[in-house]
Amino acid sequence: MAGSAASKNVIAKYLPVYFVLLGIAALEIFLAYQHFSIGSLLAILLALAVCGGALAVMYFMHLAEERRSLFLTLIPATIFVLLMMNMIWSDSFRLLHMKPFPH
Amino acid sequence: MHSHGGELAEGSPYRIPSRKLTMWLFIISDAITFGALLFGYGYLRTASSDWPTPFKFNPSILNVMIMTVVLITSSLTMLGAVDSAKVGNKAKTRRFLWSTILLGTIFAGLHIREWFGLIDEGVRLFQNPWGSPLFGATFFAITGLHLLHVISGVVALAVISRGFSRGWLTPGHVETTGLYWHFVDLVWMFVVPLVYLLNISK
Repeated sequence: MAGSAASKNVIAKYLPVYFVLLGIAALEIFLAYQHFSIGSLLAILLALAVCGGALAVMYFMHLAEERRSLFLTLIPATIFVLLMMNMIWSDSFRLLHMKPFPH
Repeated sequence: MHSHGGELAEGSPYRIPSRKLTMWLFIISDAITFGALLFGYGYLRTASSDWPTPFKFNPSILNVMIMTVVLITSSLTMLGAVDSAKVGNKAKTRRFLWSTILLGTIFAGLHIREWFGLIDEGVRLFQNPWGSPLFGATFFAITGLHLLHVISGVVALAVISRGFSRGWLTPGHVETTGLYWHFVDLVWMFVVPLVYLLNISK
C-alpha cells in the first residue's frame, strides 16, 4: 500500500513536467504550419526542443537531484562536442550556392 | 601505521552506483551519435535545393503527434516503475513496467506503419519521387536508429520486469533502465522537429 501511494505521488509530482513537454510538442507542430523562413523555423524548433530535452534530463532523468559534479562532468562536455559540430554549416551553405573553395 | 584498504578507498565523487554512472556515460556517447546523425542530416538538407517536404498532416504529422504522446506517457509510467521498485512494491513495479512496454510497442508499431506508408509512396534509401535522393537515407537512418533504441528498450524492460519480479534484479537495475528509456524519449523530442516538422507539406 505504501508503494502504491508513493507511485501515485511520483506521477503527480511529474505531471506538470509531462504537460509542459506535451505543450512544447503541440507548440512545435503549430509553429511548423506558420509562415517562417526555414532558418527561423529551425532556430525556434531547436530552441523548443532544447527546452523539452533539458526538462526531461533534469526531472525525468533526475539529474537535478544528483550531485552537481555529475552535471558538470556530463553536460558541458556534451554541449561542447555538439557545438563543435556546427562548423559544418558554412560548407553546407557553400554547396547550396555551388561556390568553389577559395584558392 | 598501516591503514586498512577500506579506509584508503575514496567514495564516488558522484555518489551514484557505478552501474548508473556507466549508463550516464553511454547516454552521453549515444547523444553525441544522434547529434552527429542530425547534424549530417542538417548538412545535406541545407546543401540541397530540392529537399523533399512530403509530410502531410494526415497521416504523417497526426501519426507523429500520437507517437509523441505515447512516448512521453511511457516516460511517466517508467517514473512510476522506478519509484515503485525503490519502495519494494513488486506488483506495482511490474504493472508500470508492462504499461511502459505496451506504450513502447505501440510507438514502434506506429513508426513501422509510417515507414511502410513512405515505402508505398516510393521512398527508398537512395531514391524518392520528389527530390534529393538522400532524403530516404537520412530519414531511415535517423528514425531507424531511434526505432532500434525503442525496440531494444522494450526488450530490456521485459527482461528487467521478469528479473525484478523473481528477485534476481534490484531497484537499481530498474532505475538504470529507466534512464535509458527517458533518453529514448529525449531523442524523439529532437527527431520530430528536425526530421518531420521541417519537411511538412504545406
